[in-house]
Amino acid sequence: MADLTCHFAGITAPNPFWLASAPPTDKAYNVNRAYEAGWGGVVWKTLGLDPHAVNVSSRYGATRWGGQRIAGLNNIELITDRPLAVNLAEIREVKKLWPDRALIVSLMVPCNEQDWKTILSMVEDTGADAVELNFGCPHGMSERGMGAAVGQVPEYVEMVTRWVKHYSRLPCLVKLTPNITDVRISARAAYKGGADAVSLINTINSIVAVDLDLMAPLPSVDGKGTHGGYCGPAVKPIALNMVAEIARDQETPNLPISGIGGVSTWRDAAEFMVLGAGSVQVCTAAMHYGFRIVEDMKDGLANWMDSQGYGRLDDFIGRAVPNVTDWKYLNMNYDIKAHIDQDACIQCGLCHIACEDTSHQAITREKDSKRHFEVIEENCVGCNLCMHVCPVDQCITMHRVDDGLYANWTTHPNNPAREPEQKPSAA
Amino acid sequence: MSDIKPGRLDDITLAAHFSDIAPTLAPSAALVEADRCLYCYDAPCTQACPTHIDVPAFILKIKTGNLKGAASEILSANIFGGACARVCPTDILCEGSCVRHKLDDQPVQIGALQRYATDWVYESGQPLFERKPDSGFLVAVVGAGPAGLACAHTLAREGHKVVVFDAHPKAGGLNEYGIAAYKMADDFAQKEIDYLLSIGNITVRTGMRLGANLHLPQLQQDFDAVYLAIGLGGVKTLNTEGEQLAGVLNAVDFIATIRQASQLASVPVGRNVVVIGGGNTAVDAAVQSKRLGAEHVTLVYRRGEEDMSASPEELAFARQNGIDVRLWARPNRLLGEHGQVNTIELEGTVYCDDRLLGTGTTYTLPVDMVLKAIGQAWLPLGPDGELLEMTDGKIATDDNGHTSLPGVWAGGDCSTTGQFDLTVQAVADGQRAALSIDQTLRANSRAAA
Repeated sequence: MADLTCHFAGITAPNPFWLASAPPTDKAYNVNRAYEAGWGGVVWKTLGLDPHAVNVSSRYGATRWGGQRIAGLNNIELITDRPLAVNLAEIREVKKLWPDRALIVSLMVPCNEQDWKTILSMVEDTGADAVELNFGCPHGMSERGMGAAVGQVPEYVEMVTRWVKHYSRLPCLVKLTPNITDVRISARAAYKGGADAVSLINTINSIVAVDLDLMAPLPSVDGKGTHGGYCGPAVKPIALNMVAEIARDQETPNLPISGIGGVSTWRDAAEFMVLGAGSVQVCTAAMHYGFRIVEDMKDGLANWMDSQGYGRLDDFIGRAVPNVTDWKYLNMNYDIKAHIDQDACIQCGLCHIACEDTSHQAITREKDSKRHFEVIEENCVGCNLCMHVCPVDQCITMHRVDDGLYANWTTHPNNPAREPEQKPSAA
Repeated sequence: MSDIKPGRLDDITLAAHFSDIAPTLAPSAALVEADRCLYCYDAPCTQACPTHIDVPAFILKIKTGNLKGAASEILSANIFGGACARVCPTDILCEGSCVRHKLDDQPVQIGALQRYATDWVYESGQPLFERKPDSGFLVAVVGAGPAGLACAHTLAREGHKVVVFDAHPKAGGLNEYGIAAYKMADDFAQKEIDYLLSIGNITVRTGMRLGANLHLPQLQQDFDAVYLAIGLGGVKTLNTEGEQLAGVLNAVDFIATIRQASQLASVPVGRNVVVIGGGNTAVDAAVQSKRLGAEHVTLVYRRGEEDMSASPEELAFARQNGIDVRLWARPNRLLGEHGQVNTIELEGTVYCDDRLLGTGTTYTLPVDMVLKAIGQAWLPLGPDGELLEMTDGKIATDDNGHTSLPGVWAGGDCSTTGQFDLTVQAVADGQRAALSIDQTLRANSRAAA
């Protein structure tokens, strides 16, 4: 049976499934329940200085898609709305009860060295395993110069990280905001400041929906709304890319990454991990279904590892990173064509109309005056669209037809900046 | 001793037995079901519908919360979309051709979704149709069943004035008189007609029977066009000994009695009932007898299941209701006492060189009531009928419903137009004929000008 033990930036946990800093990790009651359910780690909901923050009523909005009630979730909740001392006491107590689990404390205080120094010593005193700097929340606190407002300025990220490393012996995770143009810049700043790891993504700035009767964004607080932080399954593709970009960035070598963003299943977690994440953090899926979902996450990941012959997490963490490359290194000689399995085809016509209206007119709709969908190979560019719209698994498959040679954009005749001779592949 | 009597069950049980068999979907269930629609291109379900309702289009509108649009999509193609949602044998039409059969063996419940969308109209009462400016033409429609009223509605939309004549006290034809009560619960047939007539410029005159107090030459003279949708007033006979005995009834009459009864407990039904026939009418008669309290109901059909015109789902419904279905059997004779039927003698049947023959093996069943549902037949109209060219006992028409008489169209069960003897076919006939009438009238008027 695979060993799920997670060694991450000096933190050890029985498994890589951690709860992200968020409402589910707000207090001892929830965190105890999470550990009981089997979560390997918890990032305690962000602490700030007293007087504590105050939250409004009506905090979440959700995107529904194709019958899924929370395809994406948006929140306008701020950091903890409980006194600092209460949180610290509970953290101490919980860590004593669960010494084998990772307990990381998320922090957000103004960009003021003394404030960081003060709160760090208090946190260290609780016995917590690490701190995570919340440079990510895009709503509310950013108006007060904290959260994403810090994360969006690389100099601040580096400066505060440096203070934290200076005043605390605890491992320091820097949580990055996706509300920037290039996440590598933020990661490099954290790296320069001495961060032990980065965690990403925090939530994405969003208006999740508009109530057309109220004429106001949702969630509505007495008829008014504000932008919130978007998370859940819908953001996973964005998060995967940002994780991969940092994982393959030569300027942040071996920087541990805690992957966050729409992780709902063990498979999502595995995808983050092969792209370089050493642990994953979960929130929305737990908020949708409760802490019990970790059971299948652990079981599914272990079974998958067994089936692949991976004994430890390190056996597969980062395995896909070398295959993430720049567009210019993709093989332009690679050629695939769609093929429709006529026995599996249910004759819905979706492949035809998608190709006919929006692609390359490469799928017939009739043969001998009968409804019949077949690929016209000479028109097919191998785009995969038909395969994606087809409701039947394995009905439309792509088949390679090229000669197996390699040629990329860097030497392509249409490239005005082409290099005189072909260089070996980046892979 | 014959045993036919009303009130075999108490009112509460009867009310439950005759309440809506397929109530409309809850909004959340409708959304789940709508999500199952794959939104096929050039969809097979639409092709399978005689009125070609754009099924994926209306289901998408349900999904997006555009119920008015969904209802409009349905009713524009088929003004009896509400009735069809209730009575169509969807398992052999739209749902029968749903591609999901090949995917997971469960078609999208198109009928239920169609009902969901159309119920919205009858609850909200919102008008969906407007009349074009008055054309000045006046059209007579004979028969206020689905074919006649669909024709009238389309003509009214096109700007013509219409008078609809019907022999019965109420409009609706078989929707009102000939379909099981639990399929058209809560007086739905009349609600639907009220909505249809709300477009205006349609006058309904009941108690007017062609060949009796209404005559074709007069209609041709008084109106610019005539549409005949008179159905088949007659019923085929068994031609067996004892058919004249009391207790031997036409299934359509029995169904009409139930539909028109103010108290279900007042409808007499036998203790032992035998229904002869293999169509939807036979199933409706059999199941309703059972639900009225008959102890034992047998449905006798002379051929096999695959030959029945009742759909497989209808037959399964009959069996679920405890109907004893006897295939490959036919009535040889009916026996009785004091003029009242009490025994039916049946004979086994077999195909021999594509001919149905009796096997010679006979047996008898005790019976109090025999319901004949072996099909309807043309009821001669007298001199009016002789004016029309007939084919196979029906009014001969071209594809647009035009008869041998100039200015006279026909459709629905009385004509040769359709593929099915179903409400949805009648509607398709009526609408197609209306467009033909409209084109003809406007072309004639242009020619005259």
